[in-house]
Amino acid sequence: MNLWEYVEDRWDLILFETAQHASMVAQCVLVAAVLGVLVGVATYRRPRMAAFATSSAGVLFTIPSLALLGLMIPLLGLGVAPSVTAIVIYALLPILRNTVVGLRGVDPLLVDAARGIGMSRRRTLARIELPLAWPVILTGIRVSTQLAMGIGAVAAYVSGPGLGEQIFSGLARLGGANAVNATLTGTIGVAVLALLFDACYVLLGRLTAPDGPLRRLAIARSAHG
Amino acid sequence: MAEPSTHGVPIELRKVTKAFPGGRAPAVRELDLTIAAGEIVVLVGPSGCGKTTTMRMINRLIEPTSGDILIDGRSSRDIDPDLLRRHIGYVIQQAGLFPHMTVASNIAQVPKLLGWDRRRIAERVDELLTLVGLEPATFRDAFPRRLSGGQQQRVGVARALAADPPVLLMDEPFGALDPISRQRLQDELLRLQDDLSKTIVFVTHDIDEALKLGDHIAIMQRPGHIVQYARPAEILTNPADEYVEQFLGAGSSMRLLSLTKVGDIELDQVPYAAEDADARDVLATVERDGRGYALILDGMRRPQRWVTTAHLKGREGPVGMVGDEVSGVIGRRKTLQDALEELLNADTDVVPVTGRHQAYEGALSLATVQNAIQSIKARERERRMVRLGREEGG
Repeated sequence: MNLWEYVEDRWDLILFETAQHASMVAQCVLVAAVLGVLVGVATYRRPRMAAFATSSAGVLFTIPSLALLGLMIPLLGLGVAPSVTAIVIYALLPILRNTVVGLRGVDPLLVDAARGIGMSRRRTLARIELPLAWPVILTGIRVSTQLAMGIGAVAAYVSGPGLGEQIFSGLARLGGANAVNATLTGTIGVAVLALLFDACYVLLGRLTAPDGPLRRLAIARSAHG
Repeated sequence: MAEPSTHGVPIELRKVTKAFPGGRAPAVRELDLTIAAGEIVVLVGPSGCGKTTTMRMINRLIEPTSGDILIDGRSSRDIDPDLLRRHIGYVIQQAGLFPHMTVASNIAQVPKLLGWDRRRIAERVDELLTLVGLEPATFRDAFPRRLSGGQQQRVGVARALAADPPVLLMDEPFGALDPISRQRLQDELLRLQDDLSKTIVFVTHDIDEALKLGDHIAIMQRPGHIVQYARPAEILTNPADEYVEQFLGAGSSMRLLSLTKVGDIELDQVPYAAEDADARDVLATVERDGRGYALILDGMRRPQRWVTTAHLKGREGPVGMVGDEVSGVIGRRKTLQDALEELLNADTDVVPVTGRHQAYEGALSLATVQNAIQSIKARERERRMVRLGREEGG
């Protein structure tokens, strides 16, 4: 059986696993993005806290994913819970770091101008700082997504959902029937999915650029009613 | 909408002190400053003298350690800082426009904070763009980075004026501009101020900018106190101490020329006559005067022609159309510097000075200007002697 026959034969299962993988990654990155941006916003003004937040996330980052997943079994058992936890932890760092870097990179003159004309702290953050830091934050989310793709595949080690199942089952019976086909299917599936996600981010980046269509629309609505 | 603009209100700083944590000396020390409504007050001094800190305490971007700031009689402590700032225009160096917003959206920020409706905001934006000399149709939807530095700062001024605040704070607004744009924006600020009469606190380190713009100037010295607070002419003719003199640098006399108006000095008087005066009478007057010429005025007392003894000799009846046409006049509101320029370019040594309705008021020659400079200098010397005497005595 060649690769194509293998895929054709198990098309429904592969499609299901691909969708599962995509959904897992998307949800994990969403959680990581919310957490990362929140922690970033909470700490970026205090250099020590920001350094602590990014470095502690960095330490977690150095733990091999397989080891982290393994360490989670006693705590969270097998399946979705340890997979999702691990992916979120790994996805957190790039988003947190880019949020802090992005917010700190906003010209202090602009923050001063915003405060000086009577914007509250919160409004300054929402209207000036976050929109200006957004391209950098988006890059962080993009990196996190690529990371989550790979770790999501490894999550099959703790019986997590997704395309990792193909890879691990293939590797487990290497030399056996369809072992290489399964591994290849899983690997190529993850790669294709990663490219698709990335294309979405490019599009999102274009749409939300400072003079992109979405912002223009928002501006047009708010300035000339 | 032609709503009348809000005029300025007085500001009073009472023993205002700001000590930053970790700083050895306070950045501003027990500073008293009274700013009259509708005046431009310039805080000027070297970097680190506390001028920006002083300004930022007025809108509470920096909270004073002690002392009180009264805006229109109300203590700024009693007003929520965000609300306070919405009623104080704020212009900073390089304009500080939000790069992700259009020009219109930048200007609209304060009215939006104040909850104006969209239509009123849109109208106000166009009105302000016109006011600062930018065509609304061209600039409304442009993003700041497409604008030149000068245009950006015009938008910055429009943003500050958006909600028609009585007070404007300007922190080195023209510092980053090229000399030509800077001069143009200074001139336009003065033109705007003629109409708006806001209370403006202007921070700069450029003494020439201070002398040009300020109704009053506060010269500040490190750490955080005012050495002299006076009108520009007073500062030039009567600097409080050596520090102020050093800060003014050379060329005080030249600067005085640009601050003194023609109407402020003693003008020369030349013989003059009406067009219908008898030529023989005019000749008699000219000969009595001894200078050998007279100025002929029309019915509205406007200078028309110069006549000399040669023109008048042997003539009878009204002087009429004899003589050489007056080539130029100097308005009494011109500065001495401009007058000097015109004198140097004039065909005659003496140029008539005119006041209201172009009516004759006197005449100016190089000698008159020279005398004026000398008398200003003499006054300056005298004041210095008095001051030295006072210092020795005290």
